[in-house]
Amino acid sequence: MSGASTPAPAPSSLPDRLPREPRWKALLKSERFVLGAIGVVGFLILWEALARSGSINVQFFASPTMIAAAGAREVQDPGFWSDFFISLTEFLSGFLVAIVLGIPLGLAAGWFPKLNYALDPWLNFFNALPRVALLPILVIAFGLGIWSKIAVVFLGAFFAIVIPTVQGVRTVDRKYLDVATSFRASRRLLFTSVVGLATVPFIVTGLRLGMARALIGVVTGELYAATEGLGVIIRRSAETRQGDRMLFGVLIFTLSGIIGVELVRAVERRFQKWRPEGFRR
Amino acid sequence: MIEQGLALSARGVRMSYIDQSSGDRLLAIDRIDIDIREGEFVSIVGPSGCGKSTFLKIVNGLLPSSEGTIEIAQPDHGRDHAMVFQDSSLFPWYTVLSNVAYGLICQGVPKKEAQKRAQPLIDMVGLRGFENKYPYQLSGGMQQRANLARALTVDPEILLMDEPFAALDAQTRELMQAELLRIWSEANKTVLFITHQIDEAIYLSDRVLVMSARPGRILEDIRIDLPRPRELEIKRSPAFVEMADHIWRLISGQLQDDKLASPSA
Ligand SMILES: Nc1ncnc2c1ncn2[C@@H]1O[C@H](COP(=O)(O)OP(=O)(O)OP(=O)(O)O)[C@@H](O)[C@H]1O
Ligand SMILES: [Mg+2]
Repeated sequence: MSGASTPAPAPSSLPDRLPREPRWKALLKSERFVLGAIGVVGFLILWEALARSGSINVQFFASPTMIAAAGAREVQDPGFWSDFFISLTEFLSGFLVAIVLGIPLGLAAGWFPKLNYALDPWLNFFNALPRVALLPILVIAFGLGIWSKIAVVFLGAFFAIVIPTVQGVRTVDRKYLDVATSFRASRRLLFTSVVGLATVPFIVTGLRLGMARALIGVVTGELYAATEGLGVIIRRSAETRQGDRMLFGVLIFTLSGIIGVELVRAVERRFQKWRPEGFRR
Repeated sequence: MIEQGLALSARGVRMSYIDQSSGDRLLAIDRIDIDIREGEFVSIVGPSGCGKSTFLKIVNGLLPSSEGTIEIAQPDHGRDHAMVFQDSSLFPWYTVLSNVAYGLICQGVPKKEAQKRAQPLIDMVGLRGFENKYPYQLSGGMQQRANLARALTVDPEILLMDEPFAALDAQTRELMQAELLRIWSEANKTVLFITHQIDEAIYLSDRVLVMSARPGRILEDIRIDLPRPRELEIKRSPAFVEMADHIWRLISGQLQDDKLASPSA
């Protein structure tokens, strides 16, 4: 190596912060968004055209504009809102009880092996069992009102939450427990600073699965036997060949599911700031 | 009761791992005797897999030994020992600041004060400005420095260090070695230090213990009589080079026994 040296490159002009494009501009440039939008709008137009030309039976399948019109009528009807709130109550009560009981039980069963051994067969059994199959007996036990629905929502969500939580506690990386032990962390601190936080991703998975089960519970429960609720609207509209009203009911359930998933995402973001972006599911 | 003036005393420590599925026993370390005086800096070197980490975990109380005893002097106040783990063991769910303050939290120090006391150590390891980053946002070397700061925050009497500088570049490594020596001499700590770098072991230590291939035993206990404070140039002195050569031969002899050495070695 002699004195010959290349001059240092000019300081890079990369800015510290990348300038942000306006959102709508970025969206329009995004192939994914544009093609997605074309797909959705294209399908709706096709559906509408088939309905107007009489190729499909609007008594069953309605059309996008008919569903919109039915929706506009329903939201002005207090009866719709009372059904909506019944369904919401059933969903929230069952799901919340499942969370409040399921997470602590899952943490405890993951932490105390003996408790886990004792519960494991039943957890697996109930997880395999399609809980909506218990509806007939739940309706007889709890009646046609909201309680049988709350019960089926609870059963649906509870096991979906407990099982991943147990899994999460049992797979906490040994080295983190070693660190806490090495600093003489109390058992309580070991639990709150290591086990609980390491398990958060698993709990979130449980919440997502539980949410789906809870929604299925509400729909099935109300379709099977109920006097009030969105499911009843769907059932009655179908029986009277009001495809537009029925599909509006289905749409409301779908939207609720989407909102629910977004809420779980928000919880996830709140508790998982520490995970690199690519690992967030 | 541990003998006066000793910080740590291990007698006939053996340890075997038991394979969960087959029930086979794997003897990791075999009858280790070590005495470490208060304020002494002792390094352990040895081939990979010979049981160094295992021994350190036993000293730290994380693993039970199968046989033998370990005694550790109990200080009048504060922590007896703290450990710097081999691989990054920062809690991924805590920021750098919370990680470094963790040991104090474990002692029941209130969060605010623990974080205040953690700050100087974060500065010392050169992580100022990264307090609120999560471990995944740090490089491997930065994680190791945070690891070191976490152990130092509790001001332990004995520092157990498992290859703490392995992921650092040569310059940072030398800086950290100098910092460690400064803390060690100023605060009169006892250090048990594991490394793969022979020159690092000699440069830092009062004694270097060379371990055999698994099952690990102490092959030789080498006193390093180089004067302190030591300058970096000392690594080129004949006495230093000779000791390094000697240790190198001991270890590669072990590797040959193990048929691990490359044909050219
Ligand atoms: N948890 C474990 N279960 C079973 N065997 C283990 C376990 N941990 C280590 N061992 C075995 O014990 C031996 C010693 O491992 P140890 O981690 O103490 O080696 P080491 O000297 O620290 O190696 P390195 O220098 O590569 O870090 C190895 O042969 C390893 O396979
Ligand atoms: Mg090791």
